[in-house]
Amino acid sequence: MEKTIAAISSGLQPSGICIVRMSGPEAIGIADSVYKSRGGKKHLSRVKSHTIHYGFVCNGDEILDEVLVSVMKAPRTYTGEDVVEINCHGGVLVAKRVLELLCLRGAMPAEPGEFTKRAFLNGRMDLSKAEAVIGVINAQNDFALKSSVRQLQGAVSVKIRELREKILDEMSFIEAALDDPEHYDLDGYAETLSGHLQPVETELQGLLLRADQGSILYEGVRTAIAGRPNAGKSSLLNMLAGYERAIVTEIAGTTRDVLREQVQIRGISLCLMDTAGLREASDPVEQIGVNRAREAIEEADLVLYVADAALGLSEEDLQTIRSCEKQEVILLMNKTDLLQDTENETVLAAREQFFGCPKVHVMPFSAKTGEGQKKLEDLIVSLYDAEKLLYNNEVTITSARQKELLRKAKESLSMALQGAELGVSEDFLNVDLMNSYRALSEIIGEEVTDDVIDRVFEKFCMGK
Amino acid sequence: MQLEESYDIVVVGAGHAGCEAALAGARLSLSVIMFTVSVDSIALMPCNPNIGGSSKGHLVRELDALGGEMGKNIDKTFIQSKMLNTSKGPAVHSLRAQADKQWYSREMRKTLEAQENLTIRQAEVSELLAADGVIQGVKTSTGMIYRAKAVILTTGVYLKARCITGDVSEYTGPNGLKAANLLSASLLANGIELRRYKTGTPARMDGSTIDYSKMSEQKGDRKIVPFSFETDPESIQKEQVSCWLTYTNEETHRIIRENIDRSPLFSGDIEGVGPRYCPSIEDKVMRFADKDRHQVFIEPEGLYTHEMYVDGMSSSLPEDVQIRMYRTVPGLEQAKIVRNAYAIEYDCIDANQLRSTLEFKKISGLYAAGQFNGSSGYEEAAAQGLLAGINAARHISGQEEIILDRSQAYIGVLIDDLVTKENHEPYRMMTSRAEYRLLLRQDNADLRLTELGHEIGLISEERYRKFCAYRTALQEEISRLENTFVGETEEVQTFLREHGTTELKSGATLAELVRRPELDYESLAAIDPSRPSGLSERLREQVNIQVKYKGYIDRQMQAVEQFKKLERRKLPQDFDYSQVPGLRIEAREKLQRLQPESVGQAQRIGGVSPADISVLLVWLTKQGVR
Repeated sequence: MEKTIAAISSGLQPSGICIVRMSGPEAIGIADSVYKSRGGKKHLSRVKSHTIHYGFVCNGDEILDEVLVSVMKAPRTYTGEDVVEINCHGGVLVAKRVLELLCLRGAMPAEPGEFTKRAFLNGRMDLSKAEAVIGVINAQNDFALKSSVRQLQGAVSVKIRELREKILDEMSFIEAALDDPEHYDLDGYAETLSGHLQPVETELQGLLLRADQGSILYEGVRTAIAGRPNAGKSSLLNMLAGYERAIVTEIAGTTRDVLREQVQIRGISLCLMDTAGLREASDPVEQIGVNRAREAIEEADLVLYVADAALGLSEEDLQTIRSCEKQEVILLMNKTDLLQDTENETVLAAREQFFGCPKVHVMPFSAKTGEGQKKLEDLIVSLYDAEKLLYNNEVTITSARQKELLRKAKESLSMALQGAELGVSEDFLNVDLMNSYRALSEIIGEEVTDDVIDRVFEKFCMGK
Repeated sequence: MQLEESYDIVVVGAGHAGCEAALAGARLSLSVIMFTVSVDSIALMPCNPNIGGSSKGHLVRELDALGGEMGKNIDKTFIQSKMLNTSKGPAVHSLRAQADKQWYSREMRKTLEAQENLTIRQAEVSELLAADGVIQGVKTSTGMIYRAKAVILTTGVYLKARCITGDVSEYTGPNGLKAANLLSASLLANGIELRRYKTGTPARMDGSTIDYSKMSEQKGDRKIVPFSFETDPESIQKEQVSCWLTYTNEETHRIIRENIDRSPLFSGDIEGVGPRYCPSIEDKVMRFADKDRHQVFIEPEGLYTHEMYVDGMSSSLPEDVQIRMYRTVPGLEQAKIVRNAYAIEYDCIDANQLRSTLEFKKISGLYAAGQFNGSSGYEEAAAQGLLAGINAARHISGQEEIILDRSQAYIGVLIDDLVTKENHEPYRMMTSRAEYRLLLRQDNADLRLTELGHEIGLISEERYRKFCAYRTALQEEISRLENTFVGETEEVQTFLREHGTTELKSGATLAELVRRPELDYESLAAIDPSRPSGLSERLREQVNIQVKYKGYIDRQMQAVEQFKKLERRKLPQDFDYSQVPGLRIEAREKLQRLQPESVGQAQRIGGVSPADISVLLVWLTKQGVR
């Protein structure tokens, strides 16, 4: 008989409500053994399917928590089995105790992704849907969610199918010629093949690229706050975080290590990294901070470069900004509150400096008064607008497994194209084309082996 | 009074499947009787005059390695031989030989007659005798009963055969031979479902009326390679005849188009389903309207006759249209037809009713092979015939039956496709059907299957000893190449320069050098003083292939491992799939009907989705847990 599994399915971040989920033939019985209704007379084993019940989780006489329990009977449940969800109110610790209690009563702790695996294996969802569920779980913001929803609707499948078809066309021609060499000639075919499949290679490359950008949606935009000492970086961090995250003093070099903070700007996640001010420090500890700051800039997608508008840009500032080739840079001319006119000389000079640099955006700003904050947010949204990241609704691949398969498909196709150039005989080219085709098929779950299933579900987080 | 005789095995039909089945059974020491409607038409080639070709050549090689007869028989009776696709990789090289049709038939009959335990009988089998799902024997149209422990149906295209030329049709088999009109009803009565397929053949021309000067000559290979691993290549080098290449043209196509309404295929008179890959000329013209010409090969029917086969122009158009159509082809302007082109319709089965052993799921001891199973082609038929014969014999002697899997042989692919997949037209072997074709080469069929053939008992001790010696020598030579280092001496560098490849920076093994595109095993002899002398040409070729393509071969071997995992997960037989929750209706019905033997096979059934397989896997796992 199938085991009954249980896990905290709402994740382990602190939150108001934690959900402990159980699935399997014993789920309702086990839940019943720890549940007490207010009147003490209700039994979960006798309630209707898909109903919610108020009560308490008790270990003997000890009440662990006040809860709401949902009872859902097979087969119309997430996993296709009997499912019970216990909504706890007492935070993660209490939820953990509830889970332990359920395990004492016969449930087994779920392996990562096991609920979804069961749902998949019980025919409640297909592979690409199952993967999109990971996306739903991991989506940290609205935009990622949008992409996950699109994937559920099969945009990935449609695109992959289209590319697959093109490869299939070429393979089938080669096969025809191998099978009937006296009727179909492969002389000079290598060139035709390249002509037809190079665009597919380019598209796969594009999908891969977007897959990498897709990771921005999930992890957030890595954002470094940089600038010379005392330019107001930590004030900016506090402003964006909405609370006093960093210690702000008049003393230059206050921030020594990289401070990290996750903030949401109208639905976009920014992983903020506040860094030590950039200068040649005599203090070795500060110097380490400065080096880390440079590393943070290096790994960032976006650099919020803070400069003192009253002082203008130094040679050092210019150098640092110019070294940011891959990153978007928003150059904040800070402390406009101390100036007469926000569009003063130093701001204009900065604009002039970076005229014609599409990745450097100059704006006057005051972390103290909040001037420019809305404009900054507008700019960030316009830079990382999900629609734009999705290339106007073009398809993105988001799971690690899909990305890996996509890379395999692209590599195999590239090998076939290189082979064609080198004059490798067509039957060998077809081996690579077939590998590419197979990899694409696997993305949309057209070929399933045990290994694939296990791999996919290894990557799942606990619960849904 | 009704007469009765008893045999171990009854074979119904003496075509290419029947001959192999009967020989295999008799050679495995069982008493066999083989029926044919005409003893003069044993191993008849009623259509194309050749054996082999792309992927079919592979089948013949495999059949030979297992102890079948076709390869040896064509080696005796070919009149032209050609290795196809030699400019491509070794996996798609394929041997094809033109046969002298009568000679082929006569030689096969000689072999059958010389075979101990084998009786040949001219009679029409009219009834299948079975009781409680177990075969008992057959009855002939004259009332004679033959008891048997196993019966193999190899009726080819003869069941209720009907030949059609235009609006004229006759209920006969090929070449006016008697059709078998009685057996179908008995098969139906025994719960066997029948279907109707169609195939066709072109006209034969009087060669003395053909102007070959307007065609281009197609000669055989200078060096002839035998089909059988037992045939000494030196013994079969001989004078060969030529084939001829010409083309249809706009005029040919115009005549066809103007008379298309008189084609029984288009008028609906033919209900049988024809193959897509071997279309009639009217099919080609209508379906590929943009092609302004089609190839036509003129091939000899034998040394004994002038008759020539017009390959590429099979047809069921009326006689008058045929005459006009053929005469538009350059070289055929004055040609006289000896035999008309015709289409033929016949009863056959959907082989989904068979297990992978070629035994009927519903009737124990009843086997089927060849065109009766919905395949087409002499080679496909022979391959099935051999396996059916072997398995019938093993069934009787209580041994485990032989199933070749898709990674072992084209024969495995052929049978698996027939019994597993949904087929809607006569099935022809193609190299693209074999997913592991880099491993399933015609050059290594012996290495793949001789061991098994020997175990089965169809490979003589002497042949097996020779094979083992060959295999050992091969392995030794390959390992010598992998382990022999070549230094960057002046001699070596000069050699490499001369062959247009880069010089050595440091030492390399001989194997590494063989893998370079500019070099091969033969050319490296110049810098390989320790190479053993006296290695046969076949061995040297094999060394070159295995070393040169090792990378590709290894990769495919890994894929095979993956495949075997699912093949090894057996499914219960006669299982009620309705008890597996979560299967979609279509999948449940298909699984219920086909009763696949493994998860791998289940996966290949059309209409069974990956999700269904997952559901099945879960179910299996649950069973395992219990």
